[in-house]
Amino acid sequence: MYHKEKSIQIKNSASALYNNLGVLRIAPRSLTYFTVVHANVVNMVSASWDGLNYSHRQLQSKEPNVATSTSLIMQAAFCALPSRDLLVVTSQKGIQMYESDGSTMVYWHALDTPDTPTDQAVFARGISAVGKSYICVGDSSGSILVFDVPSKGSNITLSDVLKGHKKSITDIASECSGSQDCIADLISADDGGNLCVWKSGEEFQRFNNIPGFDISCTSVKLWKGTAVAGYGTGQIRLYEAVTGILHAEVNAHARWIYSLDIAPFSGLLLSAAEDSLVRVWHLSIKPESLSVEVAHLHNECVTDTQICGAKFCDGDGHAFAVTGYDLSEIIRYTQS
Amino acid sequence: MSMRTLPLVFINLGGEMLYILDQRLQALNTSEDNSEKGVWSENDRKRVMNGIVGAMFSKDFMDELLKPQQLYSHRTLKTVLTRIAHASIMRLNPASMDRLYELMVMAFKYQIFLCPRPKDLLLITYNHIDTIRELVKDTPVVVNQVDETHRKIIEVYSSLPEGEFQLLRQTLLIFFQDMHIRVSLFLKILVQNPNGRFALSTSGPVPHGIDVPGLIRTFDGKGREVRRSEFPSGGSYSSSVREGCFELHGDRVIRLGMDMYTVNHPEETHTSKDTFVQTDNTPNLLAKEELNLLARLMGSMKAEKEPKAETGFWINLFPTDQEEEEAGASGLAEEPLFEVINIQAMQDEQVTTELARIAGQFAEEEPPGNLSSSKGDDLLAMMDDL
Repeated sequence: MYHKEKSIQIKNSASALYNNLGVLRIAPRSLTYFTVVHANVVNMVSASWDGLNYSHRQLQSKEPNVATSTSLIMQAAFCALPSRDLLVVTSQKGIQMYESDGSTMVYWHALDTPDTPTDQAVFARGISAVGKSYICVGDSSGSILVFDVPSKGSNITLSDVLKGHKKSITDIASECSGSQDCIADLISADDGGNLCVWKSGEEFQRFNNIPGFDISCTSVKLWKGTAVAGYGTGQIRLYEAVTGILHAEVNAHARWIYSLDIAPFSGLLLSAAEDSLVRVWHLSIKPESLSVEVAHLHNECVTDTQICGAKFCDGDGHAFAVTGYDLSEIIRYTQS
Repeated sequence: MSMRTLPLVFINLGGEMLYILDQRLQALNTSEDNSEKGVWSENDRKRVMNGIVGAMFSKDFMDELLKPQQLYSHRTLKTVLTRIAHASIMRLNPASMDRLYELMVMAFKYQIFLCPRPKDLLLITYNHIDTIRELVKDTPVVVNQVDETHRKIIEVYSSLPEGEFQLLRQTLLIFFQDMHIRVSLFLKILVQNPNGRFALSTSGPVPHGIDVPGLIRTFDGKGREVRRSEFPSGGSYSSSVREGCFELHGDRVIRLGMDMYTVNHPEETHTSKDTFVQTDNTPNLLAKEELNLLARLMGSMKAEKEPKAETGFWINLFPTDQEEEEAGASGLAEEPLFEVINIQAMQDEQVTTELARIAGQFAEEEPPGNLSSSKGDDLLAMMDDL
């Protein structure tokens, strides 16, 4: 169903972090951007669709105007809003936002760090664009920071702090960006496996809480009102987001799931875990019963590699890319 | 990231260090008494073990480690481990220490990488502690220290949720990233590939608490299961074995963290020549915090005060009678008086010198250069033998 393509070499190896691959498709320029986190650096590659041109860039996590301070990066992800695309980088120190090509930093938000270190790690993690102009970022205390992004320029403001989680945020996802209407358009997950479902707006509303089982939910997606969540038990669960009804449960992997992705136009689901396997599934929603069906389509094994990032490269799921711990390449697969 | 890595790092790396030294010193043991110079007796070996374990598991040192703090650089870690090693009657020269560090680190990386569940990092740690306890079982005072430390670890870590352990594990994986030194013992038992990467199997028992992959269950609106289907898992997994014991004593079940060197007889095995070069991204400003940590850790370690009459046992590349006399003559100085360092900003070279000074690693006179040995294998070759 899929075959392996030529890998993209990156300057450093990928770190063992959840959801460690960012992908942004720039159709007008026939380019795709990829980001992979390595310790305190984000490796960016811009790859032309004809496979002939690759250009690389590295971004360091650091506070502006402080020459030497760096910190470990937890995640880097692209946020595609109707008016603009931004690259958001979250670290132990704070949140940075760049123009999508990584050329300019447009915003910096520092996290509150205690004067004397406590045994609770402090960091930001979980990134998603939502609605017309919002970017949501989670942190280690369980809060979600909501930033209001103007269509141009750097006048980004912190407009809200959502409290719904007590454990560290692991991942945030959204659907229905732009003009579409949804009951709920944002979902967040934490280290206790709890999911919160929200509706964005001038005042964000919390619609639902789907409790976890004390096992981290490491990656979450929202598609047609269905929450798709991956856990440290290697399971994938599909819930109806606003009601919390469990549609399906898959014993998908033998180790912790590190990344999930959905191709929204085709309903293809990608799951990747520390067990070295990437799996492709098909989700179908049955309108009569409003239930969701999960069908397994394909497996890929990346030998001896604990996978940390996997994403579709396009909305149909025609191709996907994978990163692994200690691997200095982005592995790509295309439908045969 | 995680602020709780140091105690586990030191116990596990220290444990690996002890396994290696134990095996090497036993290999060197060709006489029961101390009479033959350059030969390590059973008694000497036990003294080394007791010295190192005593220093590592001292209450003050462990209390320092248990304070919440970041994991710093390999440089700091190696310095403290060298100092721990030198808390015994044994002295290692820099080249031997470098090689030893590489072996320790690759063993620990292998264990973290293959750790079935993040929480099993504790079982790996307890495997190390169990074996360490065995190594010093003839010295009740030291056994007591080990037990006390073990209790403290149980107290601090037992209640941590799995998400915290995974963060800890991820912090360690980042720390050991890009290290692919080939260790011939690992290559031989097929846990490491020729390209330096560890073998990750898609068969065998799943970790405790995880279901064998392959099942899809669908439910209706009322929570009743309406359909079951299976999919090919791409591997051959079996259900999990029983869970290991997290108490002071018990069957840990998983074997990671146990002594890999005892099962294998010392065949000719080598480490790869490519040394690990970490592009140190930590900036100079961090050096101040690092050195303060180092100062605190060193200060909390018990300084072994050897009576002047006793010669220190230097292990360097090629031990001979002459070298040991010279080492004895320059006198194993009293452990350097320790002081707290206040440093504003340091250049890298300065930092390295300061670290070395603190470690007391370099005596006034460097041990003499390489001469061929007539007595036994040199330690570097011994390290290669692993």
